[in-house]
Amino acid sequence: MSAELGHAALWMAAALAILQLLGGALAQRDAQAPLAALVRPAAMLQGFLAVFSFAMLLWVFAITDLSVKLVATNSHSMKPMIFKLSGAWGNHEGSMLLWVTVMALAGALIAWLEKRLPEKTMQATLASQGFVAIGFYAFLLLSSNPFERLASPVAEGNGLNPLLQDIGLAFHPPTLYMGYVGLSVAFSFAVGAMLTRQVNPEFARVMRPWVLGAWVFLTLGITAGSYWAYYELGWGGWWFWDPVENASLMPWLAATALLHSASVLAARDALRAWTIMLGVVAFSMSMLGTFLVRSGILTSVHAFAVDPERGSFILALLAIYIGGALLLFALRAGSVSEGQRFAAVSREGALVFNNVMLCSILGIVLLGTLYPLLTEAFDVRVSVGPPYFNPVGAIFTIPMLLVMAVGPLLRWREDNIERVRAPIAIVVALIVTTALLVVLASTTDVGVLPLLGLAIAVGLSVASFLPLRGRNLLRTPLSIWGMVLAHFGIAVSLFGMASESAFTEEKLVAISPGETSQIGGFAISLESVDPIAGPNWTAMEARITARRGEGAVEVLRPQSRHFFAPVQQTTESALLTRWDGQLYAVVGAPSPDGRWQLRLWWKPFVTLIWYGGLLISLGGALAIVGRLVSDIRRRRTQARDDDEREELESLRQSGAIPAGSTT
Amino acid sequence: MSSIKPKHQRLVLVSLALVAIIAAGLLAAWALRTQADYFYLPNEMMDEPPEVGRAVRLGGMVAEGSIERLPDGVTVAFVVTDQADARVPVRYAGILPDLFVENSGVVAEGSLGADGVFVADNLLAKHDENYVPRELKEMAEHQGASGPQQTVVGYE
Repeated sequence: MSAELGHAALWMAAALAILQLLGGALAQRDAQAPLAALVRPAAMLQGFLAVFSFAMLLWVFAITDLSVKLVATNSHSMKPMIFKLSGAWGNHEGSMLLWVTVMALAGALIAWLEKRLPEKTMQATLASQGFVAIGFYAFLLLSSNPFERLASPVAEGNGLNPLLQDIGLAFHPPTLYMGYVGLSVAFSFAVGAMLTRQVNPEFARVMRPWVLGAWVFLTLGITAGSYWAYYELGWGGWWFWDPVENASLMPWLAATALLHSASVLAARDALRAWTIMLGVVAFSMSMLGTFLVRSGILTSVHAFAVDPERGSFILALLAIYIGGALLLFALRAGSVSEGQRFAAVSREGALVFNNVMLCSILGIVLLGTLYPLLTEAFDVRVSVGPPYFNPVGAIFTIPMLLVMAVGPLLRWREDNIERVRAPIAIVVALIVTTALLVVLASTTDVGVLPLLGLAIAVGLSVASFLPLRGRNLLRTPLSIWGMVLAHFGIAVSLFGMASESAFTEEKLVAISPGETSQIGGFAISLESVDPIAGPNWTAMEARITARRGEGAVEVLRPQSRHFFAPVQQTTESALLTRWDGQLYAVVGAPSPDGRWQLRLWWKPFVTLIWYGGLLISLGGALAIVGRLVSDIRRRRTQARDDDEREELESLRQSGAIPAGSTT
Repeated sequence: MSSIKPKHQRLVLVSLALVAIIAAGLLAAWALRTQADYFYLPNEMMDEPPEVGRAVRLGGMVAEGSIERLPDGVTVAFVVTDQADARVPVRYAGILPDLFVENSGVVAEGSLGADGVFVADNLLAKHDENYVPRELKEMAEHQGASGPQQTVVGYE
């Protein structure tokens, strides 16, 4: 019954999306149109129904209703509850439902909360949100119904891919989707503003917290996904330049550019058309990412729920929405009036430079991701990996990071480079010193990119705090703190990445229990290998002790797991985290002579990569709070000023008019 | 720059952005042609071997009875075949992926050594019975040999 309720709710939500589109469109011609007043309630109800539908899906997974096809193919009655629930989105249909739910929820939130824009622009925005939603409802209902029943229930489900039975995967897709799909709001705002020609600072101020919110979730999602791949795949890597990873990185790059250009628009009324363009591009990248991931058109280590037949459906949606928005942009960009001017050396100048760099990086990642598809048309199969992405990306990332160190110190509109000479000197000195120290101190050959990464990270970490110089720290606005933290997070993350690729030690040994090995200053000893059993798996678990110098003896327990449903083996890595890095151990297969393969890594400061990601998100969250608080305050003062002016006006009038007249 | 009219400023900005993005595109196109890893089937690798040391990928089936563990305990030697005559010997030092078995598909990333042995840095096997690297799926040979069957296993 719950499955049918969920299915019905989905149909009703789709109908409401159509109503939302019609109402919003009619309101553009006639603000008094009877449907116009229904736009906001429709968006809110649609959000509620989508959430209800998703709750029903969670319910059928929670009770393992094996008459529902999706549950039968993806769940198993013996799975722990948390993985039953996360299994709801660990498959194609469920993840698309989550996609649509987040989209509807985002629409409902703006319909409910956003009162700052002119009503006409809001209606156009919600119409656009509804229009995009319709396509994805159609996709869900017509080609991937998550609530489909089986003719006869099966006795037991097929289970969920064991790699996905992990706590990281319970959180990673929802956060990532909130970011991905949250960007639909930016898209709709951009379309709404274009339709009503309301591209102004007020629009940017309204859009910014929503973009920031999506961006925070996207950052968290990417961070979580990277950490999951790191410990769960057991390959010791944290980023593979895999198409699915790139699919999440591309919207992030676009959203990062967008929130910076929205800042310029909000503060200085410049970069109008550019901001609109980025709003369209950011969500287009989300949709492209969905297409790449869902269609299975590219080989990926992360793609677990793919279906090529459905690819063409998403491709058609992609063409309609991206093509339509770009067409609208081409038609309207000319009529978006000119913004304010600024000098090359100014805050705007630095932000424009970084925007261009971000877009170039985006272009590089996009080309690299799609290149295998292009060559396939000529029957040549290639794959593109780190040898392409790392150096080519770095050519644009390094100038961007350098400008990022200085940009926040510059004044708006026009500045003199002389004024910021001292901070620049400090940062350059730090970068050069670090580079020299690393070259002199390291015994092994550190690559050029890791070396530059380490040096810039150190310079940037100091530079990111310089905007606080000369400020009263207690009275510094939260949004400034947010920026400082996010920029510092980039430096922290960069340091982790550079350190990991420069100093990682790797060792592959085959030893019998009782034998020892050595890595990264740790004495490693394989104590024993024993069979153990979990709720839905059995495993060979190695007991490894690690001891650094005269320190305490630590135990690591990497496993080689064997799952029953579905039948699959996975390697479970074991991690030993120290303040200065992580020891990473994987156990492999036994050789006939009783030796076990161990793969060991010592990764100095690798954890900083993810701590950096968390700092970036925290910075974004602070910026949202700060912006909202200052916006509310500004509105209050403005309202008070208006009141006072009105009062003054009325007093003046009453002065002119003979006493006794009422005002 | 402040003397420039807004219209000109926009023109300057747009052209700068275009130059940067076109430069990025050209750079990407050039780098892609030199850095992309080409995919080889065993017979292609026999007929037209890639340069020694160039990063490529080799995809095929693990030949029956060919998996052999070398005495150092960590290196594995096996033969990748297209189930016809082409047989490429492969050496790999590392932990074997889950589901790396004989008569099953594999994609080896690495390069051809001077001695004609393909040295793999990484092996990609099937993730599970539902997910197969696409290049493997496309190989007609693969149809004959699927891994663990879709099973519904009871739990005691």
